[in-house]
Amino acid sequence: MIQPAKPDLVTVNIDGKEIAVPKGTNVIEAARLVNVDVPHYCYHPKLAVVGNCRMCLIEMGMPAVDPATKAPVIDPATGKQKINWIPRPQIGCGTNVSPGLHIKTTSAMVKEAREGVMEFLLINHPLDCPICDQAGECKLQEQATSYGRGYSRFVEQKNVKPKRTQLGPRVTLDDERCVLCSRCIRFSKDIAGEDVLGFVDRGSYSTLTCHPNRKLDHNYSLNTVDICPVGALTSTDFRFKMRVWFLKQTNTIDTESSVGVNSVAWSREGALYRITPRRNDEVNDTWMADSGRLLYKQVAAEDRLKSAESLDALVAKAAELFKTSAGSIALVGSGRSSVEEQFLTKKLATALKASVALVSRTAAGDKLLISADRNPNVRGALVTGLISALPSARLAQLAADIDAGKIKTVVSVGEDLIAAGLTAAQLAKVSVVYLGTHANPTSIASKVVLPTLTVFEKNGTFVNQQFRIQKFAKAVPGLSGAQDDLVILSKLVQAAGGHETASEVNALWPAIAAEVPVLGTILYRNLPETGLLLDRSAWAGLPFVEGETLHYKPAQPAATATA
Amino acid sequence: MAVIQVERKPLTFAERTYIPQIIGGLKTTLKHFFAPTVTLQYPEERPEIPKGYRGVPTLVKDPHGREKCVSCQLCEFVCPPKAIRITPGEIPAESSSVHVEKGPQAFDIDMLRCIYCGLCQEVCPEEAIFLQNQFSMSGYTRAEMVNNKARLYELGGTLPDQHFKWDKKKAAEEHGNAH
Repeated sequence: MIQPAKPDLVTVNIDGKEIAVPKGTNVIEAARLVNVDVPHYCYHPKLAVVGNCRMCLIEMGMPAVDPATKAPVIDPATGKQKINWIPRPQIGCGTNVSPGLHIKTTSAMVKEAREGVMEFLLINHPLDCPICDQAGECKLQEQATSYGRGYSRFVEQKNVKPKRTQLGPRVTLDDERCVLCSRCIRFSKDIAGEDVLGFVDRGSYSTLTCHPNRKLDHNYSLNTVDICPVGALTSTDFRFKMRVWFLKQTNTIDTESSVGVNSVAWSREGALYRITPRRNDEVNDTWMADSGRLLYKQVAAEDRLKSAESLDALVAKAAELFKTSAGSIALVGSGRSSVEEQFLTKKLATALKASVALVSRTAAGDKLLISADRNPNVRGALVTGLISALPSARLAQLAADIDAGKIKTVVSVGEDLIAAGLTAAQLAKVSVVYLGTHANPTSIASKVVLPTLTVFEKNGTFVNQQFRIQKFAKAVPGLSGAQDDLVILSKLVQAAGGHETASEVNALWPAIAAEVPVLGTILYRNLPETGLLLDRSAWAGLPFVEGETLHYKPAQPAATATA
Repeated sequence: MAVIQVERKPLTFAERTYIPQIIGGLKTTLKHFFAPTVTLQYPEERPEIPKGYRGVPTLVKDPHGREKCVSCQLCEFVCPPKAIRITPGEIPAESSSVHVEKGPQAFDIDMLRCIYCGLCQEVCPEEAIFLQNQFSMSGYTRAEMVNNKARLYELGGTLPDQHFKWDKKKAAEEHGNAH
């Protein structure tokens, strides 16, 4: 029976199951809601529908009505309204739901249609899965197991197309594997706004290629690799590095800007191999910038800081500095630290009675997934109360205080003070305690260096530009000779005479929730993977630097970037 | 419980002399003087290995000398004791088999872990890994017991190829098609 539809909801019948779905949903998405998989190649939920792969063929029908009276026609055999089935299969991606629509996804006709499509797709496919990087996450492979015939009836010679083409600096194309779904073309044109890809030639000679004298070199080119349902477009960086089935996936957050792109870090035995985007319809859809995907290389970088000394010995050295320069200590926090680290940084500042400054990093945003604020977590510092005003790019106040002799010790949480406007001479006047991951001029000039972990080696949360708190998880074990930031900070807090605090994310959160009003009801382990929007009303008046990006509109016209 | 008393038969005279038993034993010994030998002077003499024997896993080359392994890592995946470790890599452009694109940079089989199950041979889509006749592996250190790529090819040698599929691919690539 067809249920009366709620407003804006349409009731459809998929394989005998009734479901109410929003108007405008297509059959693939509606079927997904009842856990029915409609195989497809060209359809992508975030791209325009073209319907050229023909894999999502389904059988559809509408309830019969008398043409003259519009009265329902009742099937005498069942006593129910008769369904007029369309005698030919229809594409699921291009068919939007309508009231009373009936869909069959498992009928003999549908199965035969899918097998036919698969056979045609495999005619010219090189079948080189053993050397193909897509193997293991290839739609063609997956659907060949369901709808392939297992052997080929094709006795003619297969088409030969260009192989190992460098489409751009990061993307390699194998045209023989391409199934001409055009996802990459639509992505480049509609999402990235760089219309560089297209098909040339006709029929089975159709070939994906770059427009003459152009290259697929925009900062979103690797998304074409993600959405390629087969192994035609592959990442040059990941090429032949590791089979995907060996890799462990860990949810993480892109740290290159305040957009907070949701991503997945793929690792095996403590080594990272690649970063891919993770779908979050409120933040990044399914996309991610190429620049953020290279950040995993910082984990195994040559210039990682590590220490042969024990942490306690290092903390004792810092404690000595705290004692001798009590009352003249400054603290430089970081917009790259996690919320938990900023919470402990604030504790440290309170214990040391130190002033706190943050360093802002701004550059032009790209209006898509890189915002003007290149710190991932400036809003976390606002939320935790580490700072109350937006940071500036240069530490002018600190520089003046050092010149005036008011400051004897500077604690820097991962910020290169020289890059932030302090001169080497000013740095020489003070003792620096540096917590950081990589060597830089400040770490070299520091009295005490406490090596910390990168975002891939620890747990935590960031607050993005929408005031959405999002968590990231530890993908690989921490570098030997470096310590978790939270462990170091909690020891420093104690060394500075503060109260003992937890040094692990889950144990620390009850304290954070108790002390930070906006985070009052949150616990780390309860945070959904897609993040949680915080109440941002307290900071609505601040002149944030971000301009418009995907799923983000600034509350007021962006202040011209101060950088 | 009932107890059954069994009467032990007394030995006959012949039995008491032990002579028939000694002669019987010598007869068996004498028979083996003239019967064909069943033992081998190992290690100088080696047994004949039956067909389908699963010895030490080895890598083989095709008759044209191309290394058949393309480092798809299926053997590494299927290996129950995780004895296989492969580092995949790209075949350099100057190589004659550049059209194969991918080959192992390193290929290690830890013979201390290998259980000679033959799953690697069964799963190999390129027919590159075979458990051949070599059955004895020994060494003084653990490191010696890990067969690296060079050793695996040395043990494997060349086996006949039924398909030459990569040669056909290369020919098609060079020939192109009417278009």
